[in-house]
Amino acid sequence: MKEEIININDVSFAYSKQDVVKNITLTIHKGEFVGLIGPNGSGKTTLLKIMLGLLEPNKGSVKLFDKPIKKFKDWSKIGYVPQKATNIDKNFPATVQEIVLMGLLSTKKIPKIITQKDNQKIQNALELTNITNLSKARITDLSGGQQQRALIAKALVSNPLIILLDEPTTGVDQKTQENFYKLLAKLNKKGITIVLVTHDIGRITRNVTKVASINQKLTFFGNHKEFCAKDKNHPHEHTLCIHGE
Amino acid sequence: MIEMLTYPFMQKAFLTGILVAIACAALGTYLILKKFSLIGDGLAHIAFGGIATGLLFGITPFISSLIFALIGSISILKLKEKTAIHADTAIGIISHASLGLGIFIASIARGFNTDILSYLFGSILAIKDSDLILSTILALSVIAFILLYNKDLFYVTFDEESAKVSGINTNFLNSMLIILTAITIVSSMNVVGLLLASALIIIPPSSALQLKTSFKKTILWAITFAILSIIIGLVTAYYLDYAVSGTIVLINTLIFLIIMTYKKFENYFNSKKINYSNS
Repeated sequence: MKEEIININDVSFAYSKQDVVKNITLTIHKGEFVGLIGPNGSGKTTLLKIMLGLLEPNKGSVKLFDKPIKKFKDWSKIGYVPQKATNIDKNFPATVQEIVLMGLLSTKKIPKIITQKDNQKIQNALELTNITNLSKARITDLSGGQQQRALIAKALVSNPLIILLDEPTTGVDQKTQENFYKLLAKLNKKGITIVLVTHDIGRITRNVTKVASINQKLTFFGNHKEFCAKDKNHPHEHTLCIHGE
Repeated sequence: MIEMLTYPFMQKAFLTGILVAIACAALGTYLILKKFSLIGDGLAHIAFGGIATGLLFGITPFISSLIFALIGSISILKLKEKTAIHADTAIGIISHASLGLGIFIASIARGFNTDILSYLFGSILAIKDSDLILSTILALSVIAFILLYNKDLFYVTFDEESAKVSGINTNFLNSMLIILTAITIVSSMNVVGLLLASALIIIPPSSALQLKTSFKKTILWAITFAILSIIIGLVTAYYLDYAVSGTIVLINTLIFLIIMTYKKFENYFNSKKINYSNS
């Protein structure tokens, strides 16, 4: 049995009595590539934030690496890529190198001095995401795709066991999206567990090993072949799956 | 210039001014990027209530304004946290309440209006030893905190959610930013006065941000501009007898305008170059 990375048990969350997610139970295992899909307003981002401890559920429990989330301290095991590239303040004065360095802070104690070894880790993350030549560039001078790679490098620099990404390809052109998904597949092959929130499962069905479809409640959780088979039987229910996969 | 530095009152003014400038510029960079720069103004209003109360009850105004600014900053945080009131509204309510209290006390206790003026407009050349020691300790504490937590503060300023996921205590850092601003405002009271205290927090980092460089260099430039303004302000005050606080703020404004103009020209010539190479 593979190691449980995230365990969500009967979780519900509401914003001022308005249910956003309801009674969701699912477990993500080591090495899986999970596509978390659903229409706009279905609660995908809320569920992701619950998994990361950014929101506290009204009901149910969350475990990370078999530890209740409130007791979990080993945040360097987790990489998070927010839907940030579209929201970066255009005046924010930071180079790619400085952004990637942020990803190392979870591994350090105050005063968080950066060593030669850390600089090497930053270089490795930049190489893995193919942006070494941009290390001195300001994040705001980059294209959306390059910014997204920089944020992934930040998530990767602490050698996490899992990366969670929230709609990472929003506002990015199609070619960049394809390269981006190739990068995720490469990372998954290296053994990194991936949870990808998207409304665009069509483009990633070649790579995901599991699909979690939610619309407040969990409507499907299983491997992507079962998901596509279900889609074929109910063609009007899901239009996102590529047939013939 | 050298002769000027032989006078103890000038040495004190340079020491306090430079330390306060470093604290203001470094802190201001984070506050501006968090779009929270006007908190300095609010806390200066709160400190005014503290000065009037101190003068009324015979407490050192430096101490009473520090107590008011600290209580005020914690009240702003609590009001924002426990009610549906936004941060800017919370700053407005608390700062105006304290400002109102200060004006009320000044009106009923006639006689200390001259003292109040020195706190409103600054009196760096006439700084008392006790105030100098307190200002130095406070500014050094702020600088020490920023040196220790600069990387976490940078992360929280860039993206609070991701910082939280990295295990950084974002609530602690956000609270400390406001508390440190309160301390910095009070320690800069003698340098530029309460009316202009937030200028050192806002203008030098704004000038540095226009240079569009890395975060580390932005903070270093902001500190350089702030120190430069203090030095020029003190030198001109010594030789030409101008008001120090006003001169410091005007020099900062001038630096801001020079950089802005330079950047406009640079952009214009760069776009011309691109058009030329494309044609």
